Amino acid sequence: MMNELKTRNLLHLEDVYKSYGDKLVLDDIDLSVAAGEFCTVVGPSGCGKSTLLRIIIGQERATSGTVFIDGKEVGNPDPTRGIVYQRYSLFPHLTVLENVLLGKELAFSYLKRDMAHRQFRDEAMAMLERVRLADHVHKYPHELSGGMQQRVAIAQTLIKRPKIVMMDEPFGALDPGVREDLQLFLLELWEEIGMTVFFVTHDLEEGVFLGTRLIVLSQYYSTEGSKHKHGAKIVADHSLPKNVLSTRVKRAQEFSALLEEVRREGFDPAHLQHIDAFNLKHKDSFATR
Amino acid sequence: MSIKRSIWGLHGLAPIWLQRTFALTPFVSLVLLYVIASDYRLEINPQDKLLPSLGQISDSVERLAFNPDPRTGDYILLKDTLSSLSRLGIGIGLASITGLLLGLNIGLIPATRHLLMPFMTFISIVPPLAILPILFITFGVDELAKVMLIFIGTFPLITRDIVLTVRTTPAEQITKALTLGATTTQVIYRIVMPQVLPKLIDTVRLSLGAGWLFLIASEAIASTDGLGYRIFLVRRYLAMDVIIPYVLWITFLGFVIDWLLQQLIAKRFPWYRR
Ligand SMILES: Nc1ncnc2c1ncn2[C@@H]1O[C@H](COP(=O)(O)OP(=O)(O)OP(=O)(O)O)[C@@H](O)[C@H]1O
Ligand SMILES: [Mg+2]
Repeated sequence: MMNELKTRNLLHLEDVYKSYGDKLVLDDIDLSVAAGEFCTVVGPSGCGKSTLLRIIIGQERATSGTVFIDGKEVGNPDPTRGIVYQRYSLFPHLTVLENVLLGKELAFSYLKRDMAHRQFRDEAMAMLERVRLADHVHKYPHELSGGMQQRVAIAQTLIKRPKIVMMDEPFGALDPGVREDLQLFLLELWEEIGMTVFFVTHDLEEGVFLGTRLIVLSQYYSTEGSKHKHGAKIVADHSLPKNVLSTRVKRAQEFSALLEEVRREGFDPAHLQHIDAFNLKHKDSFATR
Repeated sequence: MSIKRSIWGLHGLAPIWLQRTFALTPFVSLVLLYVIASDYRLEINPQDKLLPSLGQISDSVERLAFNPDPRTGDYILLKDTLSSLSRLGIGIGLASITGLLLGLNIGLIPATRHLLMPFMTFISIVPPLAILPILFITFGVDELAKVMLIFIGTFPLITRDIVLTVRTTPAEQITKALTLGATTTQVIYRIVMPQVLPKLIDTVRLSLGAGWLFLIASEAIASTDGLGYRIFLVRRYLAMDVIIPYVLWITFLGFVIDWLLQQLIAKRFPWYRR
């Protein structure tokens, strides 16, 4: 079953551990994500969400364990996995258009840069139009608002057509209004392009609203009886319905019921589930023993 | 009635004309003080050389700057200036290029850092003037030794500064570049280098002070022309009427170069000082 998941699914992690010094952060993460999924990862602050994401893109190495993309083991960062961070996604010395063109331009030598620009300008402009920034292409990142910067970062990532788009709290620094705006926008893009997204957030509501699948990563669980070192594990794995493209669902009954459930599963230090009682019934969920 | 604020207070806000007046005050005072002191000394002893009058100074300037030397036909100030500036330019230029390339590679590639960083720290502590005799012995008393002194005196600091700057590049940026398909070389020279160029110019601006020091020191010891050479040549005759305008001229050159570099940053790197 595990091997079948590995070959069938786009992203596959097996037995991933990560410790910093003596501190175990990620504790035997097994995770398999199908192509086309909008997979959100939530969990309490400091539980290791960003660490997990950095390991998947190859910015950091797992202490042990393996990451597969399309069944092939991956290491250092490369164009198969795109990334949008909360900050530092854009290059401050390049204009909006140059930032978006960079992924294309780097395939050419420095001397053929202008040629690359001419060749891919239309594609980049189309991408910028899609993120509604066609009027700002010659500005530098510091001249844009936070929300605009993140839209450029998304365009910059998408033009490279990565197999999976990784995002680490991309809307974490934005005002609530702008944030909702970008959430809807991202969902639209996801539907339109059919991309695969791996989205880390500490905002549970955001995770539930955006995802087709919700992973709860947490260090709050009990291992009564076994002498476990206790880093964060995937403590719940929900399949989410995705039908309404409006923030109105955030006020619906089932929505808040699910929030409550996830809060109990992962965010409440007073409520510890036993390690054998995790809700891991998602079809792609598995655990090596 | 509005609240009165003293212009000397923490929130002091002087009108523009007063700001300008303030800026000029120390300069004007210094010139006045000089003129008074010079008058006073010349009155007691008209042969006094220590504080020549403004008239004597301007005669010397006219002789050195605007009249060809009767012996060689050169305009001495011009010739000295060109010689000095080319030594300084070549020395600092080489130091910048070396500092940039070393700094990038030391800052970004751990193996290079382990290999070179301790050595660079060592080199940067050797007092450059102390090895000046070695330079003269090794490279001869011509241009090469002078350029080498400026180079050796300035490149370690430039390198270390670039290393520090490069190391503040967020890991996210490098990962980002790799996910956009950059190779290691491209990360170094197409992602990070363009971002440290304005910082390099800032570092050069600071290093120019040291550059002038080494230039004048080497010209004072072994040279046949140059601003430093002239100052130390006429020192023997206590020719303050030459030394003072030369010092002012060097100061002015330094000021102009600094201003030009600042303009270059503002023009070419609009994103730098946001
Ligand atoms: N380079 C590092 N060295 C040592 N400890 C680290 C390092 N990076 C992360 N940690 C620790 O690992 C744990 C997980 O960090 P991580 O940034 O992945 O958390 P997170 O879930 O993303 O938190 P947040 O929601 O606040 O972003 C934290 O306790 C953190 O202190
Ligand atoms: Mg994080």
